[in-house]
Amino acid sequence: MNSVEGLVTQIQGLSGTTSDVLSLQNFLKQADDSLHAESTRLLPFLDQLDPSKHSLGYLYFLEACTAGPVTKEQASSSVLTIARFISSCVAEQIRLAPDKFTSVCKRFKDQVLLLEEPLRGVAPLLTAIRKLQSSTEHLTTLHPEFLLLCLLAKCYKTGLSILEEDIFEVDQLRDFFLYCYYGGMICIGQKQFRKALELLHNVVTAPMPAINAIAVEAYKKYILVSLIHSGQFSTSLPKYASSVAQRNLKNFCQPYFELANSYSNGKIADFERFVQANKEKFESDNNLGLVKQVVSSMYKRNIQRLTQTYLTLSLQDIANTVQLNSPKEAEMHVLQMIQDGEIFAMINQKDGMVRFLEDPEKYKTCEMIEHIDSSIQRLMTLSKKLTVVNELTSCDPLYLTKAGKERQRFDFDDFDGVPQRFNI
Amino acid sequence: MAHEEIKKGENTQLYREVVHKIDGRLGPKYSMDATWCNMTDRKTEQRKEKLENELNAYRTNLIKESIRMGYNDLGDFYYAHGALGDAFKSYVRTRDYCTTSKHIIQMCLSAILVSIEMGQFTHVTSYISKAEQTPEALDSLTVSKLRCAAGLAHLAAKKYKLAACKFLEVGPELGNSYSEVISSQDVATYGGLCALASFDRTELKNKVIDNINLRNFLELVPKVRELINDFYSSQYASCLEYLGNLKSNLMLDIHLHHFETLYDQIRIKALIQYTHSSVSVDLRMMADAFKTSVAGLEKELETLITDNQIQARIDSHNKILYARHANQRNATFQRALQIGNEFDRDVRAMLLRANLLKHDYNLRASRKV
Repeated sequence: MNSVEGLVTQIQGLSGTTSDVLSLQNFLKQADDSLHAESTRLLPFLDQLDPSKHSLGYLYFLEACTAGPVTKEQASSSVLTIARFISSCVAEQIRLAPDKFTSVCKRFKDQVLLLEEPLRGVAPLLTAIRKLQSSTEHLTTLHPEFLLLCLLAKCYKTGLSILEEDIFEVDQLRDFFLYCYYGGMICIGQKQFRKALELLHNVVTAPMPAINAIAVEAYKKYILVSLIHSGQFSTSLPKYASSVAQRNLKNFCQPYFELANSYSNGKIADFERFVQANKEKFESDNNLGLVKQVVSSMYKRNIQRLTQTYLTLSLQDIANTVQLNSPKEAEMHVLQMIQDGEIFAMINQKDGMVRFLEDPEKYKTCEMIEHIDSSIQRLMTLSKKLTVVNELTSCDPLYLTKAGKERQRFDFDDFDGVPQRFNI
Repeated sequence: MAHEEIKKGENTQLYREVVHKIDGRLGPKYSMDATWCNMTDRKTEQRKEKLENELNAYRTNLIKESIRMGYNDLGDFYYAHGALGDAFKSYVRTRDYCTTSKHIIQMCLSAILVSIEMGQFTHVTSYISKAEQTPEALDSLTVSKLRCAAGLAHLAAKKYKLAACKFLEVGPELGNSYSEVISSQDVATYGGLCALASFDRTELKNKVIDNINLRNFLELVPKVRELINDFYSSQYASCLEYLGNLKSNLMLDIHLHHFETLYDQIRIKALIQYTHSSVSVDLRMMADAFKTSVAGLEKELETLITDNQIQARIDSHNKILYARHANQRNATFQRALQIGNEFDRDVRAMLLRANLLKHDYNLRASRKV
């Protein structure tokens, strides 16, 4: 007890300047075990500490408190405490102990799920991410937890706001996989198929030491999303995908491959039959909704192809070509596509004719010019970043040793800047 | 008819096949004449033995010329008897004993003959190139023969443009001399049709219509000449009519058995040419010109537009075809934006992967240390 009280006074005393905080951290590290030993009695001490000033100490105490199993009643009060802590803590202090912070947040998420109120966890975790991140390009372990809560709470828009940021630094591979997978699912929920495709593609082509279930599930969704978005699916992974992935992913996703084959044959009747036949498999993977979207995308694609060949076409002809049952259905499909902006057309109900129009975008408006300009700026920044990374890598001692070893000979004509042997 | 022809020769195997096909349908006179078969077979055996003995004698004597002639005779014998594989082998064996280029040419021509009969056009092409590479200048007759053979080889390989070029270069000296392979009418027909299917308008004019040499050949097949002229002057109805008439004959032709493909190609070219120069075309008039229904014509045009061979759009309500020229400016903008997006996506993914790899490598390196 005494040690704990002593610790509390130290925290209160040493939370002023940065040097003090560093020495405090040492104390706390040494006292960590004793804190854990007395975890059940630590709660009242929390009231003596102020999360906004004594963030580091509060964190240690909190972490020790929440270490044990938690019941539902304790969970609701605990959730409140942690939420308050997250919103008021100081970022610099908690960055000194990122693991503890992460584990506290993870427990927070578990408790929120225990209470079956994922929505309560969304906003606090968002704040937590912002405080833990060293930059917006940094992927923390909290990102996938946050996205999971968004998915469960169905508030996709908040999830999207995090996904907008580009990630370049990753701590742990597993976080990355989960982040991209959940992110892909959120984008699918918001019908932003292009971004979903990008995220799922990243999962599938990431360096993978061994095949993992996340990649398999992601690959299944990847096949479906690429069919919806671009109407085609290439069965071979790009060269930069890991060899583990290239060899093994196909084996786990056989029905999806056959689905893609059936889709590319273009016969809607056969395709629908295939879907019906394999319904349970898709359902067990929770992909049935996506598969249904693939079916409707097939109709859409056929109608889009018609816009390339015809100026006007009767609804009856559309129904016949696309193998719909009646002109009424054709009209509904076309109307839906016009509203979604997927084709440009006018329906003449008197004659039962559809008139296809050209894309009215003339690329002359101010908005378009701004859009192009901002794209150019963004790409220029990206290029600069690429050059910087390239320069950094070429100065990296590890790279140079490896490159130096692989040089076969050192011709006089072959001056390349890397000497034959480069030992540091 | 075939029956009598074969009986004149000595090819008993072919005889058996033909009799089997006739199957007694034409009356008792055409049934299997077993005695004739056996007689011919015995004669053949005797002759074969004699030839082989002669050949062995020559071989022991090691006189090149006689060995060569021996193999040649053996080859001719096998050819007459229908054993084409053996004939080919014998002819090829003469190669080692050829001394002058004339011998080589003779060998090549015989090999080509047998290969064409066997249908192995890869051999034909190789022997043609061999014959053309002889150091001596070839006389024009041989050149024409070689060009015919080359044309046939390309035709079998479905390379219509090359076949047309070869056939059109055949000189008039051919006359009746290569009749065991191809007749002059065939040269004209094949050449004309392949040219029609694969040349564009300028080539057609230069190489076919203005070609004096070819004119002599085309005199022999006036239908093909009319056909080509009609196509050139855009009278597609009569052109396609002529083609239809020729079709029944040509379907049975030994070399032109994929006439259907040629016909389709010619039809497609006609359609494209018809629509090429107009801003709008009335589909009803076009259907009359091409002797088809409007619905059928629409389907054909739809396939062509999807394949991007015609730049147009169909107004199905008024049945008019409108030429449509892609808006270059919009297309460029669209493409530029798309490339920008792709670059963005790929570079970001790459930087991410590089980072992951580096991280992984660092982790492993630090673990090792």
